[in-house]
Amino acid sequence: MSVTRINLTVNGSKEVVDVPSNWTLLQMLREKMALTGTKNGCAAGECGACTVMLNGEPVNSCMVLAVECDGAEVVTVEGLVQDGQMDVLQQTIIDAGGVQCGFCTPGMLISARALLDRNPNPSADEVRAALVGNLCRCTGYIRIVEAVQTAAQASQ
Amino acid sequence: MHNPHPGLPELEYVKPASLEEASAFLVAHKGEARPFLGGTDTFVRMRDGFWKEKYLVDIKGLDGTNVITFDPAKGLTIGSAIPMNKVSAHPDVKKNYSLLAAACDTVASYQLRNRATIVGNICNASPAGDTIGACMAYGGVLTVFGAGGVRQEPLATFFKGPGKNALQTGDIVTAITFPIPPKPHSGRYMKLGRNKMSDLSIVGVTVLAYKDAAAKSGYTFKVVLASVAPVPFMAEAAQQILAEEPVTEESIGKAAEAAMQAVKPIDDVRSSARYRSYMVRNLTRQALSEVWQQVKS
Ligand SMILES: Cc1cc2nc3c(=O)[nH]c(=O)nc-3n(C[C@H](O)[C@H](O)[C@H](O)COP(=O)(O)OP(=O)(O)OC[C@H]3O[C@@H](n4cnc5c(N)ncnc54)[C@H](O)[C@@H]3O)c2cc1C
Ligand code: FES
Ligand code: FES
Repeated sequence: MSVTRINLTVNGSKEVVDVPSNWTLLQMLREKMALTGTKNGCAAGECGACTVMLNGEPVNSCMVLAVECDGAEVVTVEGLVQDGQMDVLQQTIIDAGGVQCGFCTPGMLISARALLDRNPNPSADEVRAALVGNLCRCTGYIRIVEAVQTAAQASQ
Repeated sequence: MHNPHPGLPELEYVKPASLEEASAFLVAHKGEARPFLGGTDTFVRMRDGFWKEKYLVDIKGLDGTNVITFDPAKGLTIGSAIPMNKVSAHPDVKKNYSLLAAACDTVASYQLRNRATIVGNICNASPAGDTIGACMAYGGVLTVFGAGGVRQEPLATFFKGPGKNALQTGDIVTAITFPIPPKPHSGRYMKLGRNKMSDLSIVGVTVLAYKDAAAKSGYTFKVVLASVAPVPFMAEAAQQILAEEPVTEESIGKAAEAAMQAVKPIDDVRSSARYRSYMVRNLTRQALSEVWQQVKS
């Protein structure tokens, strides 16, 4: 099987990576780059634990081949921290009690960040619709939705 | 069957420089190569061992696949590689083909729709494909680049069975086009899933209605049914009732009954066949009533 050298930007830093052609973006992030914030839940596009930003839009990284990402820009949950400062969403999800086991949290945060980037003041229904692809077995979602709305208000 | 490892089976990724090259590669590797766009059906089928192709041929970015254009005289062209979120957010789609935008938004999740495409949904030829009804109601036609040149494939004759379509080895769909829609029109997509959002449909009813002087009733209604037969199809008897008889709650009920008579549903993990049949009638009646309220005013 071929191994391809790709160039991409991950969390703002330029990377050159050799990837086998059947590797997913999720595998590359976790196994080559040790960015283990991005989780492998179902590997089938269902759970959203693997959600990352690809060229500014959230995708399921288990459903993207790594070789497709030549030239791309990727942001993972690790990249939400800027100059040692957490994203406002990270603080509000902690404050709201929206994290229990934490397995869904990185994907939730990426989907929520993408939502606030395209819609800075979403209604509760819009938050729920944007997070449909992020499953949480612990929190019951209510505190997560609250956290996203609190972050939206804090950013106004 | 389910493989918890995130990896895919061994495969080669092929990124051709042109449609000619892509098509020739698919022909030369018949049975071993498959075109893909978002991969959201392909990767799942490969991971689960149903598909065993050695080569995946990436169509994204090839000539004509990356553009979406609206011409007020001709209609809408959506390149095959355009993900559903880009379609449903496009101002011309929202304005002129709102039923298509609404259908896209019922598929899976926001992040999946950043990869999933309408053309992938169609080529996959699942009886449950959520965007197929809107595409058929708006008269969608596929542009196919094949070994024998470029041709048009109307959706009305495209589906041949579950997972089967009219494409031959080497065929690549580059775009889907739609004529100018009737103005004004009203459309509704009723997706019944096991949950409110994100599940595959148990029943999908698409309805589109507009004033039409050529019809005896003065109106044309299109009714497309999904998940209730081997292929998505137009419920012609139902359409005919509403073209010929004055449109009333009674004739709408009759049309819904005719839609139910036309289905050939199966029992599966998502629903019994009997439940599907009755829900076709109920949802068709509801969708027809809703669009009727809008077009008559
Ligand atoms: C978690 C999950 C949830 C889903 N939920 C839904 C849902 O709610 N509703 C729904 O309808 N679907 C759903 N799907 C199925 C899937 O996402 C859709 O069918 C999607 O539209 C497929 O598009 P794609 O671009 O990803 O297709 P791909 O996987 O790239 O291709 C699909 C098929 O089309 C063929 N093909 C692709 N491009 C071309 C081309 N240019 N020319 C010829 N043949 C081509 C491929 O060989 C393959 O057979 C879901 C899938 C997942 C993983
Ligand atoms: S691991 Fe990608 S969606 Fe579950
Ligand atoms: S906090 Fe445990 S899955 Fe969401």
